[in-house]
Amino acid sequence: MIRTGIVGLGKMGLSHQSMVNVHPEIELKSICDSSGYMLDVLSKYTGVDTYSDYRKMFDRGDLDCVFVATPSRYHAAIVADALERGMHVFCEKPFALEPETGYRLAELAERKHLVNQVGYHYRFVAAFNEAKRLLERNILGEIHHVRAEAYGPVVLRPKGATWRSQKSEGGGCLFDYSCHAIDLVNYLVGRPISVSGSVLNRVFSSDVDDEIYSTLQFANGAYGQLATNWSDDSFRKMSVKVSIWGTKGRINVDRQELQIYVRSAPDPSERMVAGWNVRYTTELTQPVWFYVRGEEYSAQIDHFVQCIKTGTSALCNFRTASDTSLVASMIRADADKARTAVARDAHPSQETAANKPRRRGARSFIRALLGRP
Amino acid sequence: MDRILFGDNQFFGVNHMSEEKARQQGMRFQDIKAVIQVLDDAYAENVKTFMCTTHERTSEICDHFRANREKYPGYKFYPCLPYAHKYANAAAELGMLGAVRSFLPQDNALGALLKGGMSLATKDVEGLAQLLIGAELQMFDGLDTPVIFLQNVATDFLLGLGFNAAFRMFADCVRERYRAEPGFITMNAPRLVKSLEAVGIQNPIICANINKIGFRMCGGMQAYEELITSGRCRIIAMSVFASGALPAQEALEFVCKYPQIESIVFGASSRRNIAQTKQLIERLTLH
Repeated sequence: MIRTGIVGLGKMGLSHQSMVNVHPEIELKSICDSSGYMLDVLSKYTGVDTYSDYRKMFDRGDLDCVFVATPSRYHAAIVADALERGMHVFCEKPFALEPETGYRLAELAERKHLVNQVGYHYRFVAAFNEAKRLLERNILGEIHHVRAEAYGPVVLRPKGATWRSQKSEGGGCLFDYSCHAIDLVNYLVGRPISVSGSVLNRVFSSDVDDEIYSTLQFANGAYGQLATNWSDDSFRKMSVKVSIWGTKGRINVDRQELQIYVRSAPDPSERMVAGWNVRYTTELTQPVWFYVRGEEYSAQIDHFVQCIKTGTSALCNFRTASDTSLVASMIRADADKARTAVARDAHPSQETAANKPRRRGARSFIRALLGRP
Repeated sequence: MDRILFGDNQFFGVNHMSEEKARQQGMRFQDIKAVIQVLDDAYAENVKTFMCTTHERTSEICDHFRANREKYPGYKFYPCLPYAHKYANAAAELGMLGAVRSFLPQDNALGALLKGGMSLATKDVEGLAQLLIGAELQMFDGLDTPVIFLQNVATDFLLGLGFNAAFRMFADCVRERYRAEPGFITMNAPRLVKSLEAVGIQNPIICANINKIGFRMCGGMQAYEELITSGRCRIIAMSVFASGALPAQEALEFVCKYPQIESIVFGASSRRNIAQTKQLIERLTLH
């Protein structure tokens, strides 16, 4: 049995506790939170050992791994401590507020051969994995455009009362919502090499951003658009959607279904016709040992367990999560850049490389064919 | 329990197979009159039990049924609480305790306010549970609610934590204060029934996914078949069409072959669908 503890008992920490507690290969040894209230209730009704200081919990020396689900600001210190003590770590997203901190923790975990995983659960949604499988088979041909969107009803009022509404705590749409979409893009298509035209905008919040938009550029010459907004209550709950355009067709994919358009039918093993094909979660999703809220939440925990057992690297680890934080930080930095004014008196010679329209023509097609940017 | 129960997913933009379908239905049923029309259609087909979550808009439905009692003799509601997104959104905005506090009775009843504050302060979970249940069920005042359910997000969350006492608190509250039968919606039926028995809840009413492809039947088909045939619980089958993945005939043939499954809950948005499904169920049910 793999012995584990959980630090941080908010929405995600409690979710993890309920799944971890019934996993056949995990033994939940202890939980930790700053709220004595929560600890008392949980101790009384679930019988688990409780701590208000994670260091004391670690000092007991009986944990093989730990789940870290505190507000983002505290992730790095707790993860570092756990790694130093030789524990495998599952940390909630966003991983570390500064990418460099994340990469350092990744290096530490890798050096010590410790399984390290981050909670970007969309990597465990069957529909998105089916998209990845199809992309790896080159079903769409050469990818030239990606659109990743995330919308939800999280912030509809100016005043929030928790860490989510404070930038210094790791709050804001960029960390909470956009990172999911960015991580998915990295997973499906690859990490962008540059970003431009970024926008971090407030709709209701006073201290953090509520919507983020950005244009992404990829190594093969493809471009992407990121559109994320957590102030949209026309959505009942968080909704993530990715669209991918290639020379042979197009994919639309969300948590529930994958729609793929192909100009001509690919090989028969795919059982697709020319035109639109749809795959639903009911045929794609693998059953899990315990279900709360969604198979992907259970699947990511089981993945962590299997990685510990086999000593393999997690599908979504400190390094990939730091890549996500890196893209996010580049978007934030890019958002401060000067814009190109729309004005009639702009002199043609004032056109700079940054605002010159890019022309796609025979020369850039041949360049792309030869694999040159 | 009636053999056929009417579900509410289509009214509130919930479709577990497709977000696009969910949105279309959500748009169609924005007007409460469209909802009432479908419920009237179901009633005309003799489907007189409505199993619904404690979504805010459900209170509009309840208002209509209270105002038109004479039109619906024998009508029953099976409330399912809590409406999870309300709590999840509140938890994200206000923190866990803030969310709980915000859902306690805020009205002028000083007794309720004091009790809420006291329960929160003394960690009187039982008292808190009673207050939250009361707040959720207020919209059904004066309507017939013979069975009251705990929603699957709450049930399975508590089940995973091992917080079995909460099931006992829920069951006792429903029986004593509402003179109703407690029911439990779950995606993990075999595990749940064991936990309920452990706190003395015998022969519980369970509502779980039961479909031919085993979609969201956690524990596996075999464990479910053993549970169904064991007689340890009363079963309502939901998601019998696996959110649209199974054609009606095939789906219902599977579910109807188990005489131990007492009821089937399904949602529909047209009278024709309701009538066809009902006829299929009646024809396929072994007597």
